[in-house]
Amino acid sequence: MKKVEVSNINMNYHSLKGETEALKNISFSVEEGEFITIVGPSGCGKSTLLNIIVGLIPPSSGDVYVDGEKIITSSSLGYMFQKDHLFEWLTVWENVILGLKIQHKINNENIDKINTLLSNYKLIDFKNHYPRELSGGMRQRVALIRTLALEPKVLLLDEPFSALDYQTRLKVSDEISEIIKKENKTVIMVSHDISEAISMSNRILVLSKRPAFIRKDVEILFPSEYNSPLKRREAADFRVYFDIIWKELNIDE
Amino acid sequence: MSNESFEQKKYIRSVKKRNRKIIITRLIILIAIFALWQIAGDLKWIDPFLTSTPSRMWKSFIKIYNEGTLFNHILITCYETIVGFLLGTLLGTLIAILLYLSDFTSKVLDPYLVVLNALPKVALAPIIIFWVGNGIKAIILVALLISIIVTIITVLNGFKEVDEDKVKLLKTFGATKFQILYHLIIPASIPTLISAIKINVGLSWVGVIMGEFLVAKEGLGFLIIFGGQISQLDMVMMSIIILSILAYLMYEAVAILEKKYMKK
Repeated sequence: MKKVEVSNINMNYHSLKGETEALKNISFSVEEGEFITIVGPSGCGKSTLLNIIVGLIPPSSGDVYVDGEKIITSSSLGYMFQKDHLFEWLTVWENVILGLKIQHKINNENIDKINTLLSNYKLIDFKNHYPRELSGGMRQRVALIRTLALEPKVLLLDEPFSALDYQTRLKVSDEISEIIKKENKTVIMVSHDISEAISMSNRILVLSKRPAFIRKDVEILFPSEYNSPLKRREAADFRVYFDIIWKELNIDE
Repeated sequence: MSNESFEQKKYIRSVKKRNRKIIITRLIILIAIFALWQIAGDLKWIDPFLTSTPSRMWKSFIKIYNEGTLFNHILITCYETIVGFLLGTLLGTLIAILLYLSDFTSKVLDPYLVVLNALPKVALAPIIIFWVGNGIKAIILVALLISIIVTIITVLNGFKEVDEDKVKLLKTFGATKFQILYHLIIPASIPTLISAIKINVGLSWVGVIMGEFLVAKEGLGFLIIFGGQISQLDMVMMSIIILSILAYLMYEAVAILEKKYMKK
């Protein structure tokens, strides 16, 4: 079943100096439960595309459908940023219920659900701690739970690990992808890290330089024993996928 | 903690010792200045009529105290300062919030704010006296005008410095502009607000004393001007010392407030 359908998105930026074409005729769809990653050279408009999908900026033309419905408000999609953006003056608990509070959806059922998420992902003991008392990985997990609390239909991840150091990054991407799998979420991620993309996703879309179009759509298949991002990095095919995507990214040069 | 190592204990002791030294040195400087001042006056190195001395200030203090008006003067000045300060800070913050909500208005008003900020507000005093009368109201208004513009500019800049991505985050939650303001912009700007408050404490004293110079019949600013007019420099010096103590106390009060909020 098609969860997300992005159809003929074009995006032009306007400034007094002139018009810049950022995205050109982008169309793709995402199946329910799929994890797709969009990679591309820096400045190609990956984040712009994500912002359009979530409804934060309107495209010049084209539409985005989730469950067959056109996206108007963004609150049915969950968005995660490069930084965790936890509010330092709120406790972990106050941070994770922030979205519910804003949508006036605080009730016993939702509170139970968040409690379960927190205890499943080893954060329940830190409920009343402030973000600065947590490690980088824990902070990112809190940020994910804050997003999951609103039960988004689709998760959009905008280079969610790029602010972490390399070691934490590998660990956190393992943890986060496990959570996403367990909660059975559909994910669209943006990344400039080829290894990260291969290790986490089912499909990779390679974008060209600006104005960006989809250069290649690569399906990523690993034998079932490679069932986590860290393990995938050991698989023989990992290198093969890496080369395919590396070549696609460097065609422009 | 009892299981601190010897080295740790030594370190803590040395830090405490240093802090004590700083405080003691400060006190010694203060006492030395006053002592030297007194001696220099007594031995006629300086003219006590022009510079006063601590003992003459003390006499002047007792005299005004016995007249029973001293506390009245102090209270009036404090009252004017606190009201001017609170109004300046609250109204300034309120206006900053309104300007934040409307980007267009804030752009339009920008040059006006710059001009008002550069304008010495005391220049408006003659007009203010005509508008609100020759009294406490005029003084408070001068104090308010001095702090309000700076407050608007500082707080608005603080609001605009809040991470754009955090605003985006709340937008993806479907937050309204007011929710963004309430949940993010204001709490994130508490440090800016506190630094605005710190600036305003100083500015309000300036405003109140200037105002009292111009219109007052009571207050410390009045004592200073009056003392000058009747050549009683002892009274002027004494009032300045009281003023310094009050300004210091008010600044400390803000510092305590800051500590309380910054801990979170």
